[in-house]
Amino acid sequence: MTVADRRNRGTILALTGPAYLWLTATIFLPLSAMLYCSFLDKSPLVPQPASLTLRHYAAFIEKPVYQQLMLWSLELGAIVTICCLLIGYPAALALAKVIKGRWREAMFLMVVLPFWSNALVRTFSWTMVLRPGGLADQAIHVVAPGAPALNLLYSYPAVVIGLVHSYLPYMILTCYISLQAIDDSVIEAARSLGARSWALFRRVVFPMSLPGVLAGSALIFVPAVGSFMEPRILGGTKGATLGMAVEEQFTVTANWPFGAALSFLMLGAVLLICLVLYPPARKRMEGL
Amino acid sequence: MKLGPALLKVHLWLVLGFLYVPIVVMAALGFNASPLYALPFEFDLVWYRALAGNAKLIDAGIHSVGIALVNTIIATALGTMAALAFARYTFRGRTVMQILLFPPIAIPWLVIGTAMLVFFYWIDVRRGLFAILLGHVALSLPYVIVVVGARLATFPRAVEEAAATLGATPWQTFRRVTAPILAPGVIGGALFAFAVSFDQFVISYFLAPPGVTTLPVEIYGAIRKGFTPEINAISTIIIVVSMGVLLLTARFYRFGGER
Repeated sequence: MTVADRRNRGTILALTGPAYLWLTATIFLPLSAMLYCSFLDKSPLVPQPASLTLRHYAAFIEKPVYQQLMLWSLELGAIVTICCLLIGYPAALALAKVIKGRWREAMFLMVVLPFWSNALVRTFSWTMVLRPGGLADQAIHVVAPGAPALNLLYSYPAVVIGLVHSYLPYMILTCYISLQAIDDSVIEAARSLGARSWALFRRVVFPMSLPGVLAGSALIFVPAVGSFMEPRILGGTKGATLGMAVEEQFTVTANWPFGAALSFLMLGAVLLICLVLYPPARKRMEGL
Repeated sequence: MKLGPALLKVHLWLVLGFLYVPIVVMAALGFNASPLYALPFEFDLVWYRALAGNAKLIDAGIHSVGIALVNTIIATALGTMAALAFARYTFRGRTVMQILLFPPIAIPWLVIGTAMLVFFYWIDVRRGLFAILLGHVALSLPYVIVVVGARLATFPRAVEEAAATLGATPWQTFRRVTAPILAPGVIGGALFAFAVSFDQFVISYFLAPPGVTTLPVEIYGAIRKGFTPEINAISTIIIVVSMGVLLLTARFYRFGGER
């Protein structure tokens, strides 16, 4: 190793060291600690020596309640992701290919603006729309005066609406980025070769934007499965999720090892689904 | 053929309506006199006046802003340093280090927050503002590194070499050449870091001891007790602050990618 190399190594260490030490102490070590915690037979809060056990993972298999919660959470994540795709993709298409110039910039900013505003506040704002006598109720009564009162708040649809509202900008953002990268001349070429609008979309535009669709779907599916705040506020008792069960293990019952085990089961399930779905999707992209 | 684009445009407007209508309704009801959100609308600042007398909320607000500011300074400094190393040097482990930036972004905050709770308990870092700050910086770092890195990717290295050739010392080159070119990226990263921390709820929720809270944690507690227009008022203030920070960010850092 030359002297210059060694000096570089010192510089690199000095530049990256602090950030990665911080990440290690606050992300990677805690995740490892939590994995270890999920195998303990007593909560760390109990001042007695604990021993290792698989009990908490076994409890998940033995108690159908938690399997049901897991299924509901995965289903909720899938529904929210599909809704975001159906609503967000056309919006991204309009933004990338229809609207031009300064308008595009302004509307793009409008789409990403709520994305960084407080998720809790945005969830709260839906309670104002969905509660009995709220905006949704009054809008219905303007159209159909005799209609029965909508009871949307504290229902499953309310949770879906709130989560779609939270994560829709992710989908628009990632689809927009990959749609914008498609050269207009490619589209022109396909059209001059006789492709009709639908064929153009199905055979050219959509396959080329697939990376954005996949990135957006993953970015939405993972946190939606782990959500607990939105179901708590908008679903009440109707939208039970595994995330809410985890929250309870840590804040109410203080059974940390079981909560940790549930967390890792959730992470494992999500990872497994992504791994199963990824190869066919990649094949589709390579088959262009 | 003309029908398609027109429909897409209408759809985009509907989507914007979906994104903004609840927020506008929520904000408007904060200016309504009725404590039960009853209509007709009657303009009143009573809920904002109530905020001024709510010591708990004011404390939470001070904590939120304070943590966000300290978080911004630390995350921006450490993140910019790491981004510089990634842009300037190729070294073993660089790709792995860049991949390691994803877990803090991709793993649900619920899992990260509870993991911090467990680990901090074991190493005896008490729940509180310091623990919350530790967590916020970890979440902000990846964003700063990515944002500053994007700016560095388009950095004209020749200018630095020219400065060096013309006899500038490394420090002079950094201060007079590198820093000014880098500034928009760093400011963009800093604003991102501020927004991440100011809006963070889940991590703070698990790391806040009883009695010491940040604004989102305080609001969550209030919502679970019942709705009052006071929550609308404080929520409106938060939305205005974070959207203001974002509009500032947009000035320094183009989201759209085209330049």
